[in-house]
Amino acid sequence: MGMTITEKILAAHAGKESVEPGELIEAQVDLVLGNDITAPIAIQEFRDLGIPKVFDNEKIALIPDHFTPNKDIKSAEQVKVLREFAREQNIRHFYDVGRVGVEHALLPELGLARPGMVIIGADSHTCTYGALGAFSTGSGSTDMAAAMATGKAWFRIPESMKFVYKGKLNKYVTGKDLILHTIGNIGVDGALYRAMEFTGEAISVLTVEERLSMANMAIEAGGKNGIIAPDEKTLEYVKKRTGADFTVYTSDSDAKYIDIIEYDMTKVEPIVAYPHLPSNAKPARESGVKIDQVFIGSCTNGRIEDLRVAAELLKGRKVHKDVRLIVIPATQEVYAMALKEGLLSIFLEAEGAVSAPTCGPCLGGHMGILAEGERCLATSNRNFVGRMGHPKSEVYLANPAVAAASAVKGVICHPDELD
Amino acid sequence: MIAHGNAWKFGNDINTDEIIPARYLNTSDPKELASHCMEDADPEFMNKISMGDVIVAGNNFGCGSSREHAPIAIKAANISCVIAKSFARIFYRNSINIGLPIVESPEAAEDIKPGDKIEIEFDSGKIKNLTTGKEYTAKPFPPFMQDIISKGGLMNKIRSELK
Ligand code: SF4
Repeated sequence: MGMTITEKILAAHAGKESVEPGELIEAQVDLVLGNDITAPIAIQEFRDLGIPKVFDNEKIALIPDHFTPNKDIKSAEQVKVLREFAREQNIRHFYDVGRVGVEHALLPELGLARPGMVIIGADSHTCTYGALGAFSTGSGSTDMAAAMATGKAWFRIPESMKFVYKGKLNKYVTGKDLILHTIGNIGVDGALYRAMEFTGEAISVLTVEERLSMANMAIEAGGKNGIIAPDEKTLEYVKKRTGADFTVYTSDSDAKYIDIIEYDMTKVEPIVAYPHLPSNAKPARESGVKIDQVFIGSCTNGRIEDLRVAAELLKGRKVHKDVRLIVIPATQEVYAMALKEGLLSIFLEAEGAVSAPTCGPCLGGHMGILAEGERCLATSNRNFVGRMGHPKSEVYLANPAVAAASAVKGVICHPDELD
Repeated sequence: MIAHGNAWKFGNDINTDEIIPARYLNTSDPKELASHCMEDADPEFMNKISMGDVIVAGNNFGCGSSREHAPIAIKAANISCVIAKSFARIFYRNSINIGLPIVESPEAAEDIKPGDKIEIEFDSGKIKNLTTGKEYTAKPFPPFMQDIISKGGLMNKIRSELK
C-alpha cells in the first residue's frame, strides 16, 4: 500500500515502516517554534517541569514578532521572558529586534525549515513550511513545552486530500489566489484534521515564495498541514540558504486520498476574501468596495516578491487620498533588499508608510489598528471579526497586486482596472 | 466528573479572535484573559454567565490561531464544558492538553436551546438536557487522549513519565 508524503515523513519520525490515517503516534520533532505570545506560556510550563535543559538548544526557535518592536510594557515583559530563557538555555535561534522578522517568513529564509522535517510551532500558520516538503503544523503552548522537554509530539495521522491545479494561470493570479479559491470552494472547515497536498502543473510554475504563501493558509481551511512535494525550485531555494542535510519525500502513485479535487485555473481571476471568513471568496474585478486602509505585509505576503509586485503597480502613482497604505517587509532581509532595489522609495513617493518587520496590524496588535466601521484590504491570511481592530471594522484579503491597485483606486479592484 | 450548567449558544466557525481578541494577548494571566472571554462574539457574555455554565456551538469551534489563551480564557471563566458539532483541530488539541472539557456531539449541539439546563457525564460521554429530558451520547476520546486527560493534561503526563 502506498503512502502520501505526509504519511512517509511522520512514519520516518515515529520510527515506523508505515502509518495509516487515524493512527496516533509519537514523533521526533526537528524544530520547535514559539513567538512572543505563545512562548511565554510554554516557557512557564517548561520551568514547572523542573528539568534543567531543553532537549536540543539548536532545534528551538524563539521568534518575538507579534508585538515587536515592543508596543507596550506588557509586550516588553513577554519578550523579556523569551530573551532570558534563550540566554539561560543557550537557544541558538532567538532573534531580537534588528534581526527578527515575521516567524514564517524568517525561518525558511534562514534555512531552518527544510524538506522532510517534522516541525511544530505554537502558532497556527506554522503550516507554511509544508511548501518546502516538510510536515509542519501549528500546536499550542503546552505542545511546545512538551516538545522542548522531550523532543517529541503526539499526532493523529491525518487523512490526505489531494488538490490538483490545472491549466495556465491568468495574469496577476498568484499562490494566494490558488489558496483563496480553494478555501472558497471547500470552506473554512473543508479540510478539518486533514493534510492538504497541493499538486499539478499550476503548482510547479509557482515560485517558492508563492508556495509558502499558499501553504501558509492551509489552516484557514481547517487543515492540519499543507504540503508540496519538493522539486528543483525547492532544492535550489533551500541549498542557497543552508548546507544542512535534508531528506526529500514524495507521495507514492498508489497512495490513498480521502478526496481528490481538481481546479481549472484558466477560469480563476484574482480573488478577494470578504469579511468575516477567508472562505468568502469573490473576484476582485469590479468589486468596487470602498476601503480606508491597505496593509501589505505579514507571513502570507510580506516577502520580497510581494513588495516587488506592489511597487511595480505603485510606481509613478499616488495612494488614493482617502486611503492609508501601510507596507511592512516581513523580515530584515526583505527590508534590506527592498531598500536596495528602490522599492521603499516607490512606496514613500506613493505616500505609503513603511515600517520595521512585525506582525503588527495583521492581528490587530499595533501599527495600523482599525476604528469602528473602517475597512482594510490586507495581504494577510485572516479576516475574522475584530482581527485588525474594532469588532465593527472589516478586513478583506487579497494578493499584493490587488492590494496595491486598490490602494490607488480607493476601492477594491483588479490591477487591470488601473488607468 | 460531571458538569452542570445553563447553555449559551453560538453559531458556526466561532474563532479564537472572538473567544479572546488579540488586543488582550499581551498577557497570559488566566483571570485577565477570562474577563474578555467571548467578548467579540458577545460583549455581554461575562456579565451574563454563572459558574459552571456550558458553551454550545456549531461547526469548527475555536478555528483560527493556535493561542492556548482561548481555552485558558474559557476555563478561567468557569465554563464547565464546551459542546460543539465539531472543533478546530488546534483548539481541540489545546483543550485536551490544558484540561478544558470539550465534547463533540452534532445532535446535542443542534437541539440544545439557549438557557437549557445541561448535565454532562464525561466518563460515559452522556449529555442530558434537563430542560427537555433528552439524552445524547458523545464520541468517546481515543485511549491515548484519555490517558492525557486522566493524568490532568499533557505536562502532568510527561511529569509522570520523567519520574
Ligand atoms: S503575520 Fe499575522 S498570521 Fe503571520 S504570524 Fe504574524 S500574526 Fe500570525
